[in-house]
Amino acid sequence: MPLKRVVITGLGATSPVGGDVPSTWSALLEGRSGVTALTDDWAEPLAARIAAKVAVEPGEVLDRVKARRMDRSTQLAMVAAEEAWADAKLDDAVDPERLAVAVASGIGGVTTLLANYDSLLEKGPRRVSPLAIPMLMPNSPAATIGLRIGAKAGVHTPVSACASGNEAIALGIDLIRLGRADVVVVGGTEAAVHALPMAAFGQMMALSKRNDDPEAASRPWDKGRDGFVLGEGAAVMVLESAEHAAARGAEVYAEAAGAGITSDSHDIAQPDPAGLGATRAMKRALIESELAATDIAHINAHATSTPQGDVAEAAAIRNALGAAADGTVLTSTKSMTGHLLGGAGALESVATVLALHHRVIPPTINLDDPEDIGLDIADKPRDLPAGDLAALNNSFGFGGHNVAVAFRSA
Amino acid sequence: MATTEEIRADLAEIVNEIAGIPADDVQLDKSFVDDLDVDSLSMVEVVVAAEEKFGVEIPDDQVKNLKTVGDAVSFIENATA
Repeated sequence: MPLKRVVITGLGATSPVGGDVPSTWSALLEGRSGVTALTDDWAEPLAARIAAKVAVEPGEVLDRVKARRMDRSTQLAMVAAEEAWADAKLDDAVDPERLAVAVASGIGGVTTLLANYDSLLEKGPRRVSPLAIPMLMPNSPAATIGLRIGAKAGVHTPVSACASGNEAIALGIDLIRLGRADVVVVGGTEAAVHALPMAAFGQMMALSKRNDDPEAASRPWDKGRDGFVLGEGAAVMVLESAEHAAARGAEVYAEAAGAGITSDSHDIAQPDPAGLGATRAMKRALIESELAATDIAHINAHATSTPQGDVAEAAAIRNALGAAADGTVLTSTKSMTGHLLGGAGALESVATVLALHHRVIPPTINLDDPEDIGLDIADKPRDLPAGDLAALNNSFGFGGHNVAVAFRSA
Repeated sequence: MATTEEIRADLAEIVNEIAGIPADDVQLDKSFVDDLDVDSLSMVEVVVAAEEKFGVEIPDDQVKNLKTVGDAVSFIENATA
């Protein structure tokens, strides 16, 4: 039996470069960085004092009373979910028992956890919020979205560090293909711009210390790269079975063609230096999507701007696509948004879908002195041709998680 | 010593902050749960904020007796008397 086709009928995002999808997309095409210097007192002792905070504070958009019951990661997810849900025009157009949610987070409600720990130490257990647990649990963004839209076919939270967002999309595809839902709201969120996660990533030597030039700090594949820039934000997509979308005459952005999920089984923090797991993820995504390597016109790479990761991924792309890698155009939108951790796969999937939809690839900025990776990187917006095209979005996470999602033009 | 109306007004401000209920709706005869839509977790927040505001202690086993705004105001009045 052929696999069910899954299409994308709604998009939402709140990112370091825009408070919604249209503003995020235009900023990406303009090559605008969302990275800024952190001027907060808590940032002063840190070696890396830059981050990509969201362009629009969620408090400006959400109802105040509802927002105060949510961790910031949930607030961002809700902003993105409201946009995607409205975009898909699904209110009253889907049976709640056929509606599911898969929204991921890498770290969950870490700032709620830490703020309540501060209260506990300073004022005692009586000052810990009764809302702390429902706010900090990593499934809170998914559950809160599920409550808002009335999803009754299951609410899920895949957690695989920086691959989480992509894994949520992969799970959404599976849920529809297995017949467990007709519509799945998928995505990822992160809000971890706080002293502790930044100190911890700093101790792993993972963060860029280009404090004097924040907008130039995230520079995937550039020889001057020195680590990633922590970003925050959320992105959400509405996945729908092609039959369900067709029956209601929904507008389709692209097809979520399939995904490949592998694990390195190499190290808890270091990627497999040969990139074998990443290679297998891309190959699996092609097989599952019934795509040939030559169909892949574009890859939104994981490329976080770390010295080793960017080059290893390039080798994995070459290994996965073979000679067809010459015909694909890479970009890393992290050069502008920073690295959203559990939100990265979701935001970059939205960018990949829009690249196919609008037939233009957003640039990789700061590529002044590129590594010779033997692949074509869009350092300016690059037009895509008309006709049937496909693209991949890669995400890899600590723990050896590799998730490639394949999209096909509608 | 604060008047009943002053305590009600301060409590109304707390309920407004936590649950978004207009302060004018927080009157003595209103039930937190049935009229003001204050759920059990929000009620804990209201109690803790009231303890801080009025300098009183509201033991957990007393909270279930505070069904209306008037119950809470009376408790605070007695505790601060």
